[in-house]
Amino acid sequence: MAAITMRHVKKSFGPVDVIKGVDLDIKDKEFVVFVGPSGCGKSTLLRLVAGLEDISSGQMLFDGKQVNDIPPAERGIAMVFQSYALYPHMSVYDNMAFGLKLANVGQGGIDERVRKAAGILQIEHLLDRKPKQLSGGQRQRVAIGRAIVRDPKVFLFDEPLSNLDAALRVQMRIEIAKLHRQLAATMIYVTHDQVEAMTLASRIVVLNAGHVEQFGSPLELYHHPQNLFVAGFIGSPKMNFLEGEVASVSGNAVTIQLATGETVVAPIAAQSAQKGQAVTLGLRPEHLLEGGGADSQLTGQVMTVEHLGGETFIYLDRGQPEPMVLKTEGNSRAKVGDTMPVGVPAGACYLFDHEGQAFDRQAMAA
Amino acid sequence: MSTATVAVAAQLQEKPVKSRLTRQRIRYAWLFVTPMLVVLALVAGWPLFRTIWFSFTDANLSDLQVAEFVGFDNYVYLLSDPEWWNAVWNTVKFAAISVTLETILGLGIALALDAHFRGRGLLRAAVLIPWAIPTVVSAQMWGWMFHDVFGVINHMLMALHLISKPIAWTASPDTALVAVIIVDVWKTTPFMALLLLAGLQMLPGECYESAKVDGIHPFKVFWKITLPLLKPALMVAVIFRVLDAMRIFDLIYVMSGNNKDTMSMSVYSRQQLVDFQDVGYGSAAATLLFLIIAAFTVVYLTLSRVGRED
Repeated sequence: MAAITMRHVKKSFGPVDVIKGVDLDIKDKEFVVFVGPSGCGKSTLLRLVAGLEDISSGQMLFDGKQVNDIPPAERGIAMVFQSYALYPHMSVYDNMAFGLKLANVGQGGIDERVRKAAGILQIEHLLDRKPKQLSGGQRQRVAIGRAIVRDPKVFLFDEPLSNLDAALRVQMRIEIAKLHRQLAATMIYVTHDQVEAMTLASRIVVLNAGHVEQFGSPLELYHHPQNLFVAGFIGSPKMNFLEGEVASVSGNAVTIQLATGETVVAPIAAQSAQKGQAVTLGLRPEHLLEGGGADSQLTGQVMTVEHLGGETFIYLDRGQPEPMVLKTEGNSRAKVGDTMPVGVPAGACYLFDHEGQAFDRQAMAA
Repeated sequence: MSTATVAVAAQLQEKPVKSRLTRQRIRYAWLFVTPMLVVLALVAGWPLFRTIWFSFTDANLSDLQVAEFVGFDNYVYLLSDPEWWNAVWNTVKFAAISVTLETILGLGIALALDAHFRGRGLLRAAVLIPWAIPTVVSAQMWGWMFHDVFGVINHMLMALHLISKPIAWTASPDTALVAVIIVDVWKTTPFMALLLLAGLQMLPGECYESAKVDGIHPFKVFWKITLPLLKPALMVAVIFRVLDAMRIFDLIYVMSGNNKDTMSMSVYSRQQLVDFQDVGYGSAAATLLFLIIAAFTVVYLTLSRVGRED
């Protein structure tokens, strides 16, 4: 089992800097998810851990030992690829056994390991089939099985569920979480899907344009995003951002005057905030109250109503470029064209300065 | 059961009636295919048919009109002619050795060109040059290089003290076929390399990364992953080359003319048909060549299909 440490890790392809100095401490047996928009460098960072790409500068340590120049095969890792990377001409059994034949495991040992992994993944009945005779979910299991038989210190997953349909994705997500508990190995998992990140991770690394925006537990990211990027990335629907300026600052609250003229009182101890300073108020759709009746109140005109059955998304036009989204219960009676008051509970406020850095919400319990 | 349903059931049991749309599609299909069938019949079907017909006659090049039907006489004589069997044996030797060498060398070059390095595009184009030169030109060029008195190859081998006296490469019975094979390999390896390179580029890249993470030795990766996955492309490339090599004519004819040591089936047919003016007998040889190639193709395709079904 292994802890992974990165020190100022950089990677460039020719003149293009893809990873611009990453420092991370991944603990032994942790499940860490790299998440970020496409092109943020999350897959490249994973490939640096795997050793499939060389590090341009910085240090990569496994259990305190530098592995910069150690080839992938000697790092004690196993990787599950997005396209599964199964060998199309080999049976499932051979696919799983192929990597072992060299690893000084006797024939009996190979057979035992393959059957054990197949048992864990419930694919014993598929061992004689070829990959093309399997469904997407079954192929994914074989790819994971191929990783398990190698008994690695670190599992690397590169967007493993992105080729599966929605229902199967949820099922495999639960199985991967179970697998992590069973195997007690360090796992690094790349995805662009924040739901996968939130549900699987012990800690999430939010990457953007080659650097780490924040590294923390899922709820830490949700309740205490360090900046606008993380606040906007974690949570669905996305957090509403309202422009405004500081009207007054008291000991443990800030009054914000929004661009629309309304005022909101946020219980944030923002000693550094100054009157007149431009700020962004963040409000999560699920915290807003349809019909008003909270510490502060905003209004808007209903543009669109989306009924999802269990919940309803209401899009309000407030004369700003972006509509404000509000998430409420499934039987909302809101109609397009209505003018709707929206309640803002004091505890729901997130506040960011003009550079996008968050004011500390520590006072509010996570 | 009402009479109406009985009638419908009876209709269903008969051949399904084609809808108007289906009939229209079939009409259009014929409309588009017909011009090609006509052209093929004119440029391939008619000459083939005429050759087969001539092979059963005693037609002579001086006057094709007076040909008389002689049944299988030409074939009987052909099958008992040691010169024909010599040509068959030469052709088979030539095809087997040259295609084997071309496949091995072509695969090596394809693997090298598949790697990432600067100037790869330029090199890929440069490799094709021998293939792009017309065969008659390269055959003549190599003929001069192999010349026993003035040829550069003898000159170099003498300078390196590898041989003590000049070799008559294209004339000597020991070296004539070797010389022809060398030139064919030089000329056709690029074609093989390009076909195999296209095949290599279709292979899934993540399989190789997975093998790398698993620490599998490159030789094992080649034997267990690259070669099996490349098999379809390899089979196509080999059959193309074998069919070409079985029909070999221009290279051999330009380099060594009607020399018995290198004479292929095509050269033999031409000699009978043109030099000896015996159109009937030459046509029989050409027809036999056609049948041999057709039989080889059928066997090869059947075998490769059987291999794919497992």
